[in-house]
Amino acid sequence: MEEVGLGWWGVPLAILAGAIRVSTPFLFVSLGECLTERSGRINLGLEGTLVMGAMSGYAVSYLTGSPWLGVVVAGFSGILFGALHGTICSLPKVNDIAVGIALMVLGTGIAFFLGKPFIQPKALHLPAIELGWWSASEQVRTALRINVLFLIGVVLVPALLWSFKNTRWGLVVRMAGDSADATLAMGYSVRLIRLVSTACGGFLAGVGGAFLSLYYPGSWNEGLSSGQGLMAVALVIFARWNPARCFYASLLFGGAGALGPALQSVGITASYYLFNAAPYVLTLAIMIFTSSPHRTLAGAPSELSVTK
Amino acid sequence: MSSAIGIDIVGMTKRFGPLVALDHVTLKVAPGRVHALLGENGAGKSTLVKCVIGYYQADQGDLFLAGQRRKMLSPRDAHAVGIGMVYQHFTLVPNMTVAENLVMARASVPFKINWRREREKIDSFLQKTPFGVRLDDPVTDLAAGEKQKVEILKQLYLERRFLILDEPTSVLTPGEADEVLGILKDMATNGDITVLMITHKLREVSAFAERVAVLRSGRLVGEGDVSDLDVHDMASMMIGSRTLPTPVDREARAFPPTTSRQGLQIRGLSADDDAGAKALREVDLTVQAGEIVGIAGVSGNGQRELVETLAGQRNASGGKILVHGETYQATRREMAAKGVFCLPEEPLRNACVPAMSVAENLSLRAFDRRPLAWRQWWLRKGAIRQMARQQIARYNIKPPIPEMPIASLSGGNVQRAVLARELAPEVTLLVVANPCFGLDIVAVAEVRRALLEARNRGVSVLLVSEDLDEILELSDRVVVMFNGKLVYETPIEDADLAVIGRRMAGH
Repeated sequence: MEEVGLGWWGVPLAILAGAIRVSTPFLFVSLGECLTERSGRINLGLEGTLVMGAMSGYAVSYLTGSPWLGVVVAGFSGILFGALHGTICSLPKVNDIAVGIALMVLGTGIAFFLGKPFIQPKALHLPAIELGWWSASEQVRTALRINVLFLIGVVLVPALLWSFKNTRWGLVVRMAGDSADATLAMGYSVRLIRLVSTACGGFLAGVGGAFLSLYYPGSWNEGLSSGQGLMAVALVIFARWNPARCFYASLLFGGAGALGPALQSVGITASYYLFNAAPYVLTLAIMIFTSSPHRTLAGAPSELSVTK
Repeated sequence: MSSAIGIDIVGMTKRFGPLVALDHVTLKVAPGRVHALLGENGAGKSTLVKCVIGYYQADQGDLFLAGQRRKMLSPRDAHAVGIGMVYQHFTLVPNMTVAENLVMARASVPFKINWRREREKIDSFLQKTPFGVRLDDPVTDLAAGEKQKVEILKQLYLERRFLILDEPTSVLTPGEADEVLGILKDMATNGDITVLMITHKLREVSAFAERVAVLRSGRLVGEGDVSDLDVHDMASMMIGSRTLPTPVDREARAFPPTTSRQGLQIRGLSADDDAGAKALREVDLTVQAGEIVGIAGVSGNGQRELVETLAGQRNASGGKILVHGETYQATRREMAAKGVFCLPEEPLRNACVPAMSVAENLSLRAFDRRPLAWRQWWLRKGAIRQMARQQIARYNIKPPIPEMPIASLSGGNVQRAVLARELAPEVTLLVVANPCFGLDIVAVAEVRRALLEARNRGVSVLLVSEDLDEILELSDRVVVMFNGKLVYETPIEDADLAVIGRRMAGH
């Protein structure tokens, strides 16, 4: 077998490929969180939802042999957690941040408990589309092997953007996030809107979790997420609650996450763990540079407990 | 457009626990007219209209619409028969555009919104009304006057034929108020709508209303055609047997206006607003001792940023401030040493800690000094309570309980409490912004009297107000602020309302 070496060109290619692969869970979680936050609530529990989705998706794929059924079940576990968050937050004097942290711990805890038997077995993976068939280089072909879920996520971005502007549901969600008083005055139930938005956000986060266990890295273990759900929440703030910017930000974070492995592939193994910390450093740096004590966050839904 | 409707209120009574907020009020509101509902804070005006709109349920009494008895169980019932209300606080969604707000206000919104068709509908509706608004601007970018116009537009767009307005002009300049009320009056005269507006501005009643009803302590104490009543009649109906504080005369200035008496000097001051845009552009201003300088202007032209910069709530981006000839950077130490005090607008939000008690709020300026503190760190609760009792008695703050959280006081009482704190004996420079916003007629007279007394004592007063009448009544010198700059200045003797109005609009 003949390998066409790419040498140093492999680094940007690997970063691009990594950006696409690693960004998918970021994309799904951040779109879900974007929807939830636009309705006026913050769900920090999405980290737990993500892990729960990863576990349930993997388990169902292993037990039934259908990875797509796994994705659907992962989504439904997300709906369950989202609805739980939404219901608890509908009670008077409940803080959404505190509930979110509780659900984050609960979600990871349940996933670890129920997921113990699935750490060893191999489940069927999600299929990918080979967009690199034209190339002789194995590296190029690997890089352009793109998962269907990523494409679904890409389609979701304009769909969400369009819905926020052009559908009743989109406008109602924005209204609930911006002025609960006005929403009530128009006769809508703010609680119901937020409950549904949180549940839908949970669905997307659950699907993002299924991607982790069923495609990349593609196995179920307890260190699978390592805080990606939480970073995605920060990413929504950085993206100023705009789905399109959520997409770019996800790619950026994905690329940063791929930096370590990409450098390793060309033989730079020193500071491997330092490069792996790139997404976290990036989160901090971006937050510092995009925030200002002299300006308020433009585009922030006014009903969010952190902006109120 | 459909024609106006009228309502009859018969024997309406509403109790909140032991408090009788409305006491058998009977009022006929004829169609196609502008009706004014006058009364002080707490007279029952809001309660009455909230019973009409279905926000509250009256304990007794009936509402008739075209001779038919109606029960309004919720605002929805009122909306269904064409009664709409514009609330004192805005009910628009801030981050949505004007067009989006109008569409979402409708009772039924299609699942997919066809923006081209909606725009055509709104445009043709706008052509029938005399309001001009920019449909694609987010509401948060609009000035208060424009927001109020959109609120009214929203009601008209929903084909409401009976409009209740709760102090519609409280955040508007006189020019904006005249414009909005003039349009409403014309529409009423055309028979398109009936207007019932709550107000305590007598000038607006005499200029725009045809009928007036006066409430006091929940009772209807007077009613009549505006043409039969003068301002004095209406004021005495509102006040009843109580007397207004006698106005203070503007004494000849206690000090000659020399440079050594300059209280506040602002040199080339610039500052940014919350979004980072330039709000103050190289402002130069001097306020001498014993002088009130009034800053007129439409809200949102940099007045808020100016007051916040002077109060230490905002950093200047350029220029400097001198107080008594020395540099001033709005630190707590400087404020105390130089006697700088400030009554900002919305004092509950800008100058109070809402959950703290009245006594604690009254002590915020001096709690770390003698006599309220021992060696600057141990608070003497007894002294604080005693000081609070004195201030409460002196400024007539109700209820007179020092331990009450200040957020539970009415707007007028919060205003009086902050004024009590800021009019300390050591004040030499006082910055006040809209000091009479939302106050009743007696409270307004009290506040204005206090400001004039301070001036006569030699205090430099910088008065920022959106109420031109207030500026003309109190100021020694008037300056006009537009787009972050001071564009006009005149001594009060030469002040011409028409010129000031034009400058406020940027001409």
